[in-house]
Amino acid sequence: MKPAETPARTDYEAVIGLEVHVELRTESKMFCSCSARFGADPNSQVCPVCLGLPGSLPVINRRAVEFGIRAGLALHCEIAPETRFDRKNYFYPDLPKGYQISQYQHPLGRGGGLQVPVDGRVLRVGIRRLHLEEDTGKSIHGGVPGLVTTDPRYSLVDFNRSGVPLMEIVSEPDLRTPAEAVAYLRELRTVLLYTGISDVRMEEGSMRVDVNVSVRPRGQAELGALVEIKNLNSFRSVERALAFDIDRQVELIAGGEPVPRETRHYDEERQITFSSRGKEEAHDYRYFPDPDLVAVTISRDWVAEVARNLPELPDARRRRYAEGFGLPAADVEVLVASPALAAFFDATVAGYPNPRTVANWVLGDLMRLLNAEGLDPAESPLPPEHLASLLKLLDQGTISGRQAKEVLEESFRTGKAPAEVVRARDMVQITDPGQLAPVVDRVVAEHPEVVEQIRGGKQQAMGFLVGQVMKRTRGQANPQVVNRLLREKILN
Amino acid sequence: MTDLLLRPAHELAGLLATREIRAGELVRALLDRIESLDPRVRAYLTVDGDGALEQAREADRRLAGGEGPGPLCGVPVAIKDNICTAGLRTTCGSRILEHWVPPYDATVVARLRQAGAVIIGKTNLDEFAMGSSTENSAFGPSRNPWDLERVPGGSSGGSAAAVAAGLAPLALGSDTGGSVRQPAAFCGIVGLKPTYGRVSRYGLVAFASSLDQIGPMTGTVADCALLLEAIAGFDPRDSTSVDVAAGGFRAALDGRVKGLRVGLPRSYFAEDFGDEVSRAVLGASRLLAGMGVEVEVTDLPHTPYALDAYYIIAPAEASSNLARYDGIRYGHRAEEPQGLADLYGRTRARGFGPEVKRRIMLGTYALSSGYYEAYYLKAQQVRTLVKGDFDAAWRKFDVLLTPTSPVTAFRLGERTEDPLAMYLADVCTIPVNLAGLPAISVPAGFDAAGLPIGLQVIGRPFDEATVLKVAHAFERATGYHLRRPPLALAAAARAGGAGSAPAGGGPAGRGPGTGEGGR
Repeated sequence: MKPAETPARTDYEAVIGLEVHVELRTESKMFCSCSARFGADPNSQVCPVCLGLPGSLPVINRRAVEFGIRAGLALHCEIAPETRFDRKNYFYPDLPKGYQISQYQHPLGRGGGLQVPVDGRVLRVGIRRLHLEEDTGKSIHGGVPGLVTTDPRYSLVDFNRSGVPLMEIVSEPDLRTPAEAVAYLRELRTVLLYTGISDVRMEEGSMRVDVNVSVRPRGQAELGALVEIKNLNSFRSVERALAFDIDRQVELIAGGEPVPRETRHYDEERQITFSSRGKEEAHDYRYFPDPDLVAVTISRDWVAEVARNLPELPDARRRRYAEGFGLPAADVEVLVASPALAAFFDATVAGYPNPRTVANWVLGDLMRLLNAEGLDPAESPLPPEHLASLLKLLDQGTISGRQAKEVLEESFRTGKAPAEVVRARDMVQITDPGQLAPVVDRVVAEHPEVVEQIRGGKQQAMGFLVGQVMKRTRGQANPQVVNRLLREKILN
Repeated sequence: MTDLLLRPAHELAGLLATREIRAGELVRALLDRIESLDPRVRAYLTVDGDGALEQAREADRRLAGGEGPGPLCGVPVAIKDNICTAGLRTTCGSRILEHWVPPYDATVVARLRQAGAVIIGKTNLDEFAMGSSTENSAFGPSRNPWDLERVPGGSSGGSAAAVAAGLAPLALGSDTGGSVRQPAAFCGIVGLKPTYGRVSRYGLVAFASSLDQIGPMTGTVADCALLLEAIAGFDPRDSTSVDVAAGGFRAALDGRVKGLRVGLPRSYFAEDFGDEVSRAVLGASRLLAGMGVEVEVTDLPHTPYALDAYYIIAPAEASSNLARYDGIRYGHRAEEPQGLADLYGRTRARGFGPEVKRRIMLGTYALSSGYYEAYYLKAQQVRTLVKGDFDAAWRKFDVLLTPTSPVTAFRLGERTEDPLAMYLADVCTIPVNLAGLPAISVPAGFDAAGLPIGLQVIGRPFDEATVLKVAHAFERATGYHLRRPPLALAAAARAGGAGSAPAGGGPAGRGPGTGEGGR
């Protein structure tokens, strides 16, 4: 790969648009009542409809349409008052009807947009259209061990995925760099995560990305030849494939050669794109309205109801955290990126209204514990109320900061309320000077040389003596009280 | 008592309900008749003898038990072989599905079972219902029981021939451009295409989804109403089925036609109404006028364009609907494929017959980028105009009367070399499918060669009741339905049925009183 600073590179501009497919997390499939769950045994979630058997007919999953409306609203799209389904005709073994039911002429949503934070600025990326369709089955080529045949001459098809609801989101060509493309994908992913309509996991295929990229000399209004890149399995692949192909196109143009309009595939291992010329170029999908389905009317009331139930979206949350709570930008991003973590944070703040302290604890100790167990914030065995009450105990001086960390760990492990842990472990802080004075006296007597250093002006040495007292009280002493007692004893 | 197998289904249902006959003996008699007669008629592709006897035993149990046996309990029904029957092969008259056994019942079949009917077998058809003579069946044509050298019509020719020959008291067909009505006319029986959306298409192997509709094929109008009641009604599995009340069709057969307004659309008739078929229909209108019906000639100006629009829309939908027969999951698959394209190519080249291929090519072309607007979209606009003609007509008329087919049954092979001549066989029925209307074909006499003529009664959307009412009044006044093909009567006589000819049967001549339909 060439460095981005190649002189030729800066004279050109890439124009990038993204097509993102997202599997919807509905109970059942798009056009039948089979389960849409991921990961079941091959061909165990199938019926005449999603197998495309002769005579079977599709019926629209209303929930999928609702999910589409939800996503459309979150992406500020105009929701069509009436939407229709079309047939996209092509032959492939994992497409059981020989056509895919999709939306062509009358998509569910149009004309939306997304505010994307990139390098400290906000880029507005247009959403051209959003539509619903059905997923295909999954082809498995070559001899895969454990399947019905390992004969490499056979391909196998798993139709569990056939008919799973898919949403396609097509951006305007508003992106100029691989970094912008990835920033857009991240933000899109976060927004969709917030709406709860999809797992948006690229590794499980519930989010799939195709990129369209063309290159033109900087300052030219006319677009270059469009190249589509497929088979991108991660944000990193998107970034690398784009970087590679932009350089490739720049070199072609700079060398006076035309860029062919084509579809390319990304080779993850070699980190290059390669042409997948042939059939795909010749495709005429012969779209026409699916006569088996009737138009779906989407009333204003339905849209309003979906809008009412829409959660706070990343953009608004980001503003609330930064401007309302004054959280540092880095903390804001970590919290906003995970709806579950942000929800935990918000719930804790509700019980202990000091957002900065809560952010420190959530992003520090709690995250560490969650990560160690491989748990999602939503699965935290320690509920937000417990964290709030722990922070209150700390505030009230009932326990020390160090004790608080221990209590957090135990509460996390056992699910017990912090107050209960404190009681059970007899952990209540010692603040009574009468109880602490004998310990202080003993420590002072045992370390005359340190006492001398302090008297000589070396204040830092005080910490050592405080530590000794804490150790002897098994951390139960209140450090402020110990400090005061030591100071009185040594300096008076 | 006349031969059991030539009696109307509603009478059989009555005899079964009162336990005067047993379903077992009825089904056995029918199987015997099929065995003796069907080698000549070739109405059936599959006869489910064991299954039918088992269903008959179950029906007799239900009838003996008396608890809600269902209105068709023990009555045999033949099913066109493009309607799915669980466990019973469904070929669509095609090599590509020659051995395909559906794992599920079509909604209409499930409803028939619910009503107690006995599924006797699957009837022949033009491949994927594409044709007007059954000559496009991969398994050979069926014959017209009135003249074995002639076609029974199509595509539901097997069902029509079975009912006419006494090989099934009831049958289901499917009608995309006339495939129930035209063979009903050719075979001298009753065939109804219900309103689009009236009967569920779930389990009907699609030819042209926006036009297909399953319909009853029976010996009498009363049987037609009975069978329609059993199969009609909203089905959540078919998004195009309509949730309106479906029933009371038998109750509509009350003979009260006085005051109904009837239109005769000029463009459906030959010039000057000069041919036998036109004269028979005109005669029918005069007969009805004598019963107090108001008859008036009218115009449906866009009718001449309907055939052209149909031959864009139907093949376009078919080209997509038939894409699934690719040899991957079921059906015929080419041997030793050299890659995917070869597998597809050879599977479909061998699996489909010439007419199916012709329509796939036509439809693929019509939907192709650059032609879509000029063909498919334009055809849909014509369709809207055709429908508009009917909408206008319903402001003046309750039903329209036309010939079902401009001609009577033609000879086998007569039109196979000329697809366009074959397409013209459906010129009177196609506009009805484009507009989604209900229409019936009812026997209206015989031509000089003694071949049946069909009268088509077209009605308003979801007004099957009036269509059936008019057809029934006409049937009762003429008695054409009582005449059976000589071959059926002979078979009945051979079987030693207590009587020979059905009551009221007899030579032609009990015409509509005008003398025009008769000879």
